[in-house]
Amino acid sequence: MTKSVAGELASLELPVERGCPFAPPAAYERLREQAPISKVRLTSGGKAWWVSGHDEARTVLADGRFSSDKRKDGFPLFTLDAATLQQLRSQPPLMLGMDGAEHSAARRPVIGEFTVKRLAALRPRIQDIVDHFIDDMLAADQRPVDLVQALSLPVPSLVICELLGVPYPDHDFFQSRTTMMVRRTSLEDRRRAFADLRAYIDDLVTRKESEPGDDLFGRQIARQRQQGTLDHAGLVSLAFLLLTAGHETTANMISLGVVGLLSHPEQLALVKADPGKTPMAVEELLRYFTIADGVTSRLATEDVEIGGVSIKAGEGVIVSGLSANWDPAAFKDPAELDVERGARHHLAFGFGPHQCLGQNLARLELQIVFDTLFRRIPTLHLAAPAEDLPFKTDAVIYGVHELPVTW
Amino acid sequence: MMRINADTGLCVGSGQCVLTEPAVFDQADDGIVALLTDHPDDQSAAQARHAVTLCPSRALSILQE
Repeated sequence: MTKSVAGELASLELPVERGCPFAPPAAYERLREQAPISKVRLTSGGKAWWVSGHDEARTVLADGRFSSDKRKDGFPLFTLDAATLQQLRSQPPLMLGMDGAEHSAARRPVIGEFTVKRLAALRPRIQDIVDHFIDDMLAADQRPVDLVQALSLPVPSLVICELLGVPYPDHDFFQSRTTMMVRRTSLEDRRRAFADLRAYIDDLVTRKESEPGDDLFGRQIARQRQQGTLDHAGLVSLAFLLLTAGHETTANMISLGVVGLLSHPEQLALVKADPGKTPMAVEELLRYFTIADGVTSRLATEDVEIGGVSIKAGEGVIVSGLSANWDPAAFKDPAELDVERGARHHLAFGFGPHQCLGQNLARLELQIVFDTLFRRIPTLHLAAPAEDLPFKTDAVIYGVHELPVTW
Repeated sequence: MMRINADTGLCVGSGQCVLTEPAVFDQADDGIVALLTDHPDDQSAAQARHAVTLCPSRALSILQE
C-alpha cells in the first residue's frame, strides 16, 4: 500500500456515501485489502473495528460474545446521536437489540409465523396482490409510471398489513414515517416520525388486545393470554419492528432489483428465458445491492481474538455486510452482476441469531414480483438513465426515491 | 456415511436448511429445525453440507463424513 492511500484511509470517517450507485464506496475495497478487520473512525466520533471480510463478518455475527444492545455504553453508532440514543434508552428494546436468552425468548414465539411452509401457503395471495398492482399500472393513462409508488411500495405494504393484521388504509401514514426514520438527515423529523409511529402502533396493539383477530398479532395476543403473560410493551416493540422492517426494505429491493436487471439486459434475458433461475437471481441482487449495510453493529463484551486481531471488551465492531458481500474471496468478480452465481451465502439478511426474521417472505415477494413484472410487461424499460436515478445515498436503507419506467 | 446433527436449542428458525435441502431438513410448526434423516444419501449430501454452512446460528453440524 502506498503512503498516500494509507493517509487517506487514516483520515476517512465511516460510513461514507456510495459513489457509483452500483458499487460500494471505493474506500471499502481499499480498507478490505488493507485488512479484513481494521480500526476506523466514525462520523459520530469515536473509533470502532470495521469488519469487511466475508469470513470474518460471519465469525463475528455468529459469536455470542458480541452484544447487539445499542443502549450499552461504547456501542458503535453512526446513525444515531445522543438525543436519539436517550429516546432509544427510554423505550422497551426491540428484538434486534437483545442478546442471548432474552433474544431467544422474544424471537421464538414468532418464528413459527415465518416457516418456509407457512410462507409458501401465502404464494397465491401474494401473486394476486402483485397482479392487482400491475393491472393498475397497465391501466394508467400516463407514462412513464413511477414504479416505486405503483408497485415497489404497495406490494410489501399490503402483504405485511395482511400478515400482521394492520389496516391497509393506514399504509400512507406508516410508510411516510418509516421512510423518514431511515433518512440520515434532519434529526427533528426522524424523532417526530419515530414518536408518531410508536403512538400509532401502541394504539393498534391496544385495539388488537380487545379484538385479537386471526392474524399474526391476534395469534400472539391469544398465545400470551393463554400463558398468562400478556406483555403490551413487548407486543408494541414486536409490531414496530415487523411493520417497519417489513415494507421499506423489500420495497427498496424491488426497485433496485428492477434497475439492476434492466441495466444488465443479458442477465435479464437469462431470467426471462427460465423463471427457474429467478430465486438465484434474487440472491445475486440481494448480494449486489446489500441495502441494509452497517445495521449489523456489535459491542464486544469480552476480549475476543478473530483472524489475528485482538478485540477488547467494550470496543465497538461494525460489520459491513456490503463490503463482505463484495469480498472477492467469497464472491469471484464481485462487481459483476451474475444471476447464475449461486450467492446464497451473502450477508444481505445478516448472519447469526439475529439474521432477518422476514428473509423468506422477502425472497418470495421478490421472486413473484420479478417473474410477474417481466412476464406481463416484457418491453419494460427505464424512462431515465440508470445513473441519473435519485438513489437514496442519504438513507440507512439503500434504494431509489423514484423509478420512472415505461413500456 | 455423512451424519448430521441439529441443535434445536440453538436454532433460530431462519429456514435456510429447508430452502437448501428439503429432503433432509424440515421445520416444526414452531419454526424449529426437524431432521427428516440424520444420514443424507449421496444425492443430498452436497446440499446438506451447504445447508450447514448457511445456518446462521450454527445449529447444524456434521458429526461424521
